[in-house]
Amino acid sequence: MILEAFLSPDFFNAALRATTPILFATLASAVAVKAGIINMALEGIMLFSALFGVVFSSLFHSAWLGLFATMILGGFIGLFLAFFVLRLKTDEILAAIAINLIANGATVLLLLTVSGDRGVSSSIKSIPLQRIAIPVIENIPFLGEVISNQNILTYISLIMVVIVHIFLYKTPLGLRIRAVGENKDAAESVGISSRKIQYIALMISGILASMGGFFLSGGYMTNFTTGMSAGRGFIALAASAMGGNTPIGGFLVSLLFGAAQALANILQLGAWPHELIQMLPYVTTLVGLGIYSYLKMKKMERLSGK
Amino acid sequence: MNINKKFDIMRTLLAIGIALFISFLIIVLTSEEPLNAIIQLITGPLQSKRRFGNVIEAMIPLIFTGVGVSIMFAANQINLAGEGAFHIGGLIATFVAINTTLPLGISPLVCIIVAGVFGALVTVIPAILKIKTNSDVLVSSLMMNYIVFNFANYILNYFLRDSSAGSVVSYAVPQATQLNTIIQGTRIHIGLFIAIAVAILGYIFLYKTKTGYEIRLTGENQDFARYSGINIVKVTLISALLGGFIFGMGGGVELLGMYNRFSWTSQLGYGWDAIIITTLARKNPLYVPFAAFFLAYLRTGASIMARSTDVVTEIVVITQGIIILLVVAEQFLSKYKHKMIAKEAKATISNIKEAE
Repeated sequence: MILEAFLSPDFFNAALRATTPILFATLASAVAVKAGIINMALEGIMLFSALFGVVFSSLFHSAWLGLFATMILGGFIGLFLAFFVLRLKTDEILAAIAINLIANGATVLLLLTVSGDRGVSSSIKSIPLQRIAIPVIENIPFLGEVISNQNILTYISLIMVVIVHIFLYKTPLGLRIRAVGENKDAAESVGISSRKIQYIALMISGILASMGGFFLSGGYMTNFTTGMSAGRGFIALAASAMGGNTPIGGFLVSLLFGAAQALANILQLGAWPHELIQMLPYVTTLVGLGIYSYLKMKKMERLSGK
Repeated sequence: MNINKKFDIMRTLLAIGIALFISFLIIVLTSEEPLNAIIQLITGPLQSKRRFGNVIEAMIPLIFTGVGVSIMFAANQINLAGEGAFHIGGLIATFVAINTTLPLGISPLVCIIVAGVFGALVTVIPAILKIKTNSDVLVSSLMMNYIVFNFANYILNYFLRDSSAGSVVSYAVPQATQLNTIIQGTRIHIGLFIAIAVAILGYIFLYKTKTGYEIRLTGENQDFARYSGINIVKVTLISALLGGFIFGMGGGVELLGMYNRFSWTSQLGYGWDAIIITTLARKNPLYVPFAAFFLAYLRTGASIMARSTDVVTEIVVITQGIIILLVVAEQFLSKYKHKMIAKEAKATISNIKEAE
């Protein structure tokens, strides 16, 4: 029965859906790492965005305006992190931990203040983004069922892979970001302001992460629950690293984690202890990270002729 | 006291002040009775013996986590699996307590040590992964927390759960294995002595032993440490093992001292608390009890405030975040620091001139 469920188009459809928030965060991490900064605040940014996505879309009576406002918020948090790391020389990990802590506390506090609810934003009339069917593709057997009828943000995340790829590898700004990340001093010597570039990169990173956060409460689910980012921001750090911090590599690894998440959801219906099943995405990440790092280490050893 | 140290203390105090001010501002903006809320937050813990007892009770686990992470961070390993190590410590202590009958007196001790061993296991896995595969400790230790948390839920549900109890809790821990209360009218238990001993031993280990010195040297400059002949692999492993052991002990002590059943079905956040404590204590285990007291006081005040007013306890989590941000921001107040140094230098010069 489980095998049947695993091979059904429903499973792949669910996997793609579960991939979306991780994918946005993975792209966010990739852009930051390319500029030489680890953005561990992804978790907090997603949590904030999941709450504000609900609040903004309800406030503006529009899912799109809600998304847009959330993206601005995400960019702002990215700049906030950048200010502390670059201007005030704060350790980037500790600054991110602080932001994540603040997100944990502030989302509970804000939810209570805005809606009077504890835990779930059920009293806010938010407007989630719609699922859409794609003409022609929806009629293809299997593939149509997998790809069509996804949330529109899922399609945007896939397009983002291409956009971020082009941005990083084909535009002057992308080139500068990579130059700063690879060698700050060399970049400075040819007249690039590394600090400015890193500010921009973290802002973009925040915007991308906020889209993933918005999807959590306005697509994957239809309201906000406290702590709903559930470590996806951390998984994204691993996914990005395993994908060599490239958008396309990150996309492939995100798919793997999305599938693990979807598989966990399916297996939960079976006879297996759901506690063990829920370990799956995290075990996948840990094992995957280990294997990837090992292969990379061996490759480096080979290249250096050891 | 040299100027750097003086400046550090001043900056820490100012950071706390600013964070509290922002929290008060949030209270004023969100509460119907802000003044009462702030008074409860500040003076609440002092209003009765039981409440002050709550502060000391809350301080005990925080000391363990603060010392544990200080030792791990001293080696500059950003190992965040302390959360999981603490959680499994509580689970294993319960497991051993329920499933074994040991002679009176040594039972809690055995539980706490086994809890420590499992805690060490949790934090050493990311360290071993780092050594064997060069994978990032930060990410792998974060994943360990989620794995341990779900694993603990599994053990609780399938092996420890008391089905006759109304909620998801384990069987009761035998009376003989629980840690005794030391002050009547409170729940302060002998774990307090263990915690203080851990802080002192942690300080001696880190600042007065050869291995401790090697750990700190590795943390400051790994390449230099390697060239000086320090075995980095050994140092990394020891700091992860010892840190995790202390976290695990802390989980065991907390469970045997404060609860009679294992009921932790959500992540407790002690791993993150540890970060703020080690930040305030500047990675020095000797300062950890003071930082833990401060945080415990704030927590207790916040929960009293939440019970008697309309402000939620999460306000403290925000305060903590702001404190971390400001304390670790190296450039925060740096202009003032330079002025202080310049002033002292001038004073020294004029003293010398006078002497001449």
